[in-house]
Amino acid sequence: MAFEIFTFSFMHRAIISGIAIAILCSVVGLFLVLRRYSLFGDAIAHSSFGGIALGLMAGIYPLWTAYGVSIISALIMTRIKDRFNISGDASIAVLLSSGIALGLVIIGLSGGFTLDIFSFLFGSILLVSVNDTILILSLTGIILIVILLLYRQLLYSTFNEEQAKVSGIPVEKINYLIVFMAGITVVTSIQLVGVLLISALFVIPNVTAIMYGKGFKQTVIISMSFSIFSVVAGILVSYIFDITPAGTIVLIAIGIFGCTIGIKSAGLLSRHN
Amino acid sequence: MLKVVEIDHLTIEYPDVKAIDDVSFTVNQGDFLGIIGPNGAGKSTLFASMLNLNTKYNGTIKFFGTDIRKSKNYLKEIGYVPQKPIFEKNFPATVNDVVKMGLQKESDENKVDEILQQLWIHELSERRIGELSGGQQQRVFIAKALVNNPKVLILDEPVTGIDQQSIDLFYSILKELNSKQNITIIWSSHDLDAVNKLANHVACLNRTLFFHGESDDFFENDELVKQYSEASMQEHMHHH
Ligand SMILES: Nc1ncnc2c1ncn2[C@@H]1O[C@H](COP(=O)(O)OP(=O)(O)O)[C@@H](O)[C@H]1O
Ligand SMILES: [Mg+2]
Repeated sequence: MAFEIFTFSFMHRAIISGIAIAILCSVVGLFLVLRRYSLFGDAIAHSSFGGIALGLMAGIYPLWTAYGVSIISALIMTRIKDRFNISGDASIAVLLSSGIALGLVIIGLSGGFTLDIFSFLFGSILLVSVNDTILILSLTGIILIVILLLYRQLLYSTFNEEQAKVSGIPVEKINYLIVFMAGITVVTSIQLVGVLLISALFVIPNVTAIMYGKGFKQTVIISMSFSIFSVVAGILVSYIFDITPAGTIVLIAIGIFGCTIGIKSAGLLSRHN
Repeated sequence: MLKVVEIDHLTIEYPDVKAIDDVSFTVNQGDFLGIIGPNGAGKSTLFASMLNLNTKYNGTIKFFGTDIRKSKNYLKEIGYVPQKPIFEKNFPATVNDVVKMGLQKESDENKVDEILQQLWIHELSERRIGELSGGQQQRVFIAKALVNNPKVLILDEPVTGIDQQSIDLFYSILKELNSKQNITIIWSSHDLDAVNKLANHVACLNRTLFFHGESDDFFENDELVKQYSEASMQEHMHHH
């Protein structure tokens, strides 16, 4: 029976890491979505492609170079954007294409290592090791603690930068912190859904949860629940039917989004209750 | 008398306009100052420099005797209500969430309920901010500004686009905050009647400050009132 899959230890690791990543992406993603920065996750993910290629070429564990390259380039891009008044969407385009370009050139120079690259593009959640799982859990824990400690500052500066500034919140530092956390989250999540589908986990559960008309904390909880459900169901379903987990996870999330839209247009979600 | 704000030879230039030209005035504790001036007079520009949002100015601004270039601590004592609060329409924050953003110490949660009651919005506390009417939103932002017990409340044309009933409620709340809680209020408006009724000090701003003093001295001086009304009338016609 299908229940035997719960006895495999690789499945335990996949589900535990999957849940951690689901939680992480929905919380960090909510701040990005509300800042109209939805595609920023995508940009970081693409720049990590350059980092991964660099690691493979240099013989360093590619995730480490991916963390380095994507976080540093995201912070630099944010600085350039602020200094020279470049719009958010344009800076995303620059970041996104430069990472891919770097990756392609490096791959070309080293004569190709397509197999490894493939797992980074589309994720390989069933292959996460014990060490990967520990890393994923620790990073998730650290980021959640930071978010809890700075909850008011993060929420307020996302709601209205100018008013947050007047209330004495160091808005610029908070912005960099969000970029930094997004960088860590994206690279950590690459193992689950790969470079190409990252922004789905950042965005879809959050735009869905926002439609339920609740306050901030409840919206976070709704988003996390959808995210966790999509990831766990996606891993199980894809294993049973032997299809790609990343695609399945994202399609389930989109399914929940579609149902929510359906419920909403049928008028079942009242504006307030 | 304790000086809350001292502005000395303040000049603010944008690339193609001198928005504030050599303005000096003082606000004492307990004052209810109405700053009147037509559109484009520089009211918002003046506030932005007082709130440390715009640091490109010449002259000095002191709060509680300290130059704001030297210390930003004064910001803790200020509640600010912007001209038009901008936020995402579907931002997932309730009235309660928004007011709590203003709270410096988590421990003061009772204060939130108290303020919501005082401003007649406690029944809205679980509603999303984007669902409310302009007048209700305005009261939420005032609640957020008041939740830290500020010594000074700064309001930038707070009743633009708000229905008359909300405006009357809003004015009575301001009056009470000033007279009962001794909060110093600095408030910009182009409604002369309202300023006449509420404020005890008036500043007339139109790039330069052409009157500053007790509001009785302004409103009893027909020449000044006429001069102001004509200036804002022209402005008004200019805009339509
Ligand atoms: N950020 C800005 N950059 C350039 N010019 C500005 C800016 N903000 C305001 N101004 C100009 O400064 C003048 C004063 O504007 P403002 O302070 O908004 O007046 P008010 O609030 O009294 O209507 C206007 O001429 C306006 O066009
Ligand atoms: Mg203005």
